[in-house]
Amino acid sequence: MKSRTAATPFALWMGIFTVVPMAIVVWFAFTDETGAFTMANIAQIWQYAGTYVDSIWMGALATVICLVLAYPVALSISRKSENMQRTMVMIVMLPMWMNFLLRTYAWMSLLENNGLINQFLRWLGVIGADASLEMINTDGAIVLGMVYNFLPFMILPLYSVMAKLDNRVIEAAQDLGSNNWQVFRRVILPLSAPGIVSGVTMVFVPAVSTFVISKLLGGSKYMMIGDVIETMFVGDGCNYNVGAALSLVLMVLMLLCMSMMRKVDNGEDELGGMMA
Amino acid sequence: MNEKKIIELRDIAVSFDGEPVLKNLNLSISDGEFVTLLGPSGCGKTTTLRIIAGFITPDSGDVFFDGKRVNDLPAYKRTVNTIFQRYALFPHLNVYENVAFGMRVQKKSNQEIEETVTKMLELVNLKGFEKRSVAKLSGGQQQRVAIARALANNPRVLLLDEPLAALDLKLRKDMQTELKNIQKSLGISFIYVTHDQEEALSMSDTVVVMDNGVIQQIGTPQDIYNEPQNAFVADFIGESNILDGVMLEDYLVEFFGRKFSCLDAGFEKNEPVDVVIRPEDIDIVEPVKGHLTGLVTNVTFKGVHYDTIVDFKGFKWLIQTTDYYPEGSTIGIVLNPEDIHIMKKSAYSGMFGDYSSYSEEFDELGDAVAAAEAEEEAEE
Repeated sequence: MKSRTAATPFALWMGIFTVVPMAIVVWFAFTDETGAFTMANIAQIWQYAGTYVDSIWMGALATVICLVLAYPVALSISRKSENMQRTMVMIVMLPMWMNFLLRTYAWMSLLENNGLINQFLRWLGVIGADASLEMINTDGAIVLGMVYNFLPFMILPLYSVMAKLDNRVIEAAQDLGSNNWQVFRRVILPLSAPGIVSGVTMVFVPAVSTFVISKLLGGSKYMMIGDVIETMFVGDGCNYNVGAALSLVLMVLMLLCMSMMRKVDNGEDELGGMMA
Repeated sequence: MNEKKIIELRDIAVSFDGEPVLKNLNLSISDGEFVTLLGPSGCGKTTTLRIIAGFITPDSGDVFFDGKRVNDLPAYKRTVNTIFQRYALFPHLNVYENVAFGMRVQKKSNQEIEETVTKMLELVNLKGFEKRSVAKLSGGQQQRVAIARALANNPRVLLLDEPLAALDLKLRKDMQTELKNIQKSLGISFIYVTHDQEEALSMSDTVVVMDNGVIQQIGTPQDIYNEPQNAFVADFIGESNILDGVMLEDYLVEFFGRKFSCLDAGFEKNEPVDVVIRPEDIDIVEPVKGHLTGLVTNVTFKGVHYDTIVDFKGFKWLIQTTDYYPEGSTIGIVLNPEDIHIMKKSAYSGMFGDYSSYSEEFDELGDAVAAAEAEEEAEE
């Protein structure tokens, strides 16, 4: 009985913020304007297949870059003294306290054809006085924006797992003959796997569904699935039913991606144990 | 055990943040020897072990292994293996893979690994536990995995850092015997760090008593107990009554205004000395027949014996006796020459060996402090 009472706040919370909204999304996805059941919304999704693939590809690319950049940073923070760790984590988090839009606009003014970077390159003479390096409105700019905005979400979960890593376990590995690379490969990497999984989740999911970054840095040329969904809910051509169907499919695709990743992660663990 | 020196530490000094931890430490360890580093927490025993393992580089002095200087050899290249406090098993690997870890690193063949792991798990009585997760093992079982893991690497020297501190008393006793048996059957050197004097005495060939970063005495358990070199050793190993005395001449000492013959010689004429009398060596007789007479002020039943506190002219002695003498009774004692141990005066003189503050809680209090300190050390 006691445990049931204790679970009440969670049940309430879940009902209000998870179950009901999900039910509404599912309801819209499978009905038309009149409220009658239809599969037409889901059937329409095929025309956006390319956008889904692009979005997932760019999200995945940004996630991988974040992981590669964040891992050594998180590891080096976690090996410092406690005071130093606090300061370093602070510095990592600092940009997150600046408004998200402002940070993205800042990148716009850097990357623009007449932006700071191009002006600097002209001044250096790397490019001609009238020429400009095309950076804004490319998929590279979108990925850059994603990496910049979501990097802390990769560093923090990695760091928090690594900080708990028992130093004696690392010493035990050295004691048993492992050099630095072997310690990393056989102990630190497998033990930081939970941090990798949650970091990847925290970056991949918002990256795939972003619409602000792609809108500001990708211009009208690049539509990500987030942008498509936005057009279904805002403006003249809006259609809540198709929008809901798009969101639902995106969610299912992301769940698939995440479960695939978890499988790879588990498989690697076993492989790590078995490999000589 | 043979006389070949396998490890030598010469003039080792280490300080952490300007605090000296080891001062001019010299120690050599023979092949096949069971050496215990014994001392209170903060005495430098774990630091000494970590220097041998290669986790700490000494500020000055040299470490020799088989006569070769190894100061700069990293931990992973040394042929020693460590059993850590609280075991430090790999949480992501099962029992089999924990034991196999060192061999996997050395890229041994699967067949060889399997043979060795099986042999090691048999040695530590963990046959059939191969597939278990180490997190699901009891403390004693984790300890056995740690032993098997270290021994699977076929070390020349095994380093043990308070390996039994986290186990309960009964299990600790069993593991002491087991470790001693393993050491004998493998014939390799064990360097064992502990703050438990009983453990040190019962397991070791050689005991190294340390305090404040300095070795106080090196010797066999019998030497350390029977011929302590200073008041610290006398007090740390077992219980001791330590009195001020004067060595009148060879084999004759004076304390409490009375001359006693003893077995010690080689002191200056009339040299002030510390006199050690072990509580269990004292014979109680009728007051008229005693060399000294005193008043019983406190009696505590300890199972095998009574801890009896006796006041001799204001100085309180601890006497351990199987006979019961009630509080308030007057007794006499006889001291035979072999009961009296003479030590040179040292920095520790006058700090130990007076039982004026003895109380029944004393032992428990002492243990609680030791346990808390062990905890602290483990946290570091």
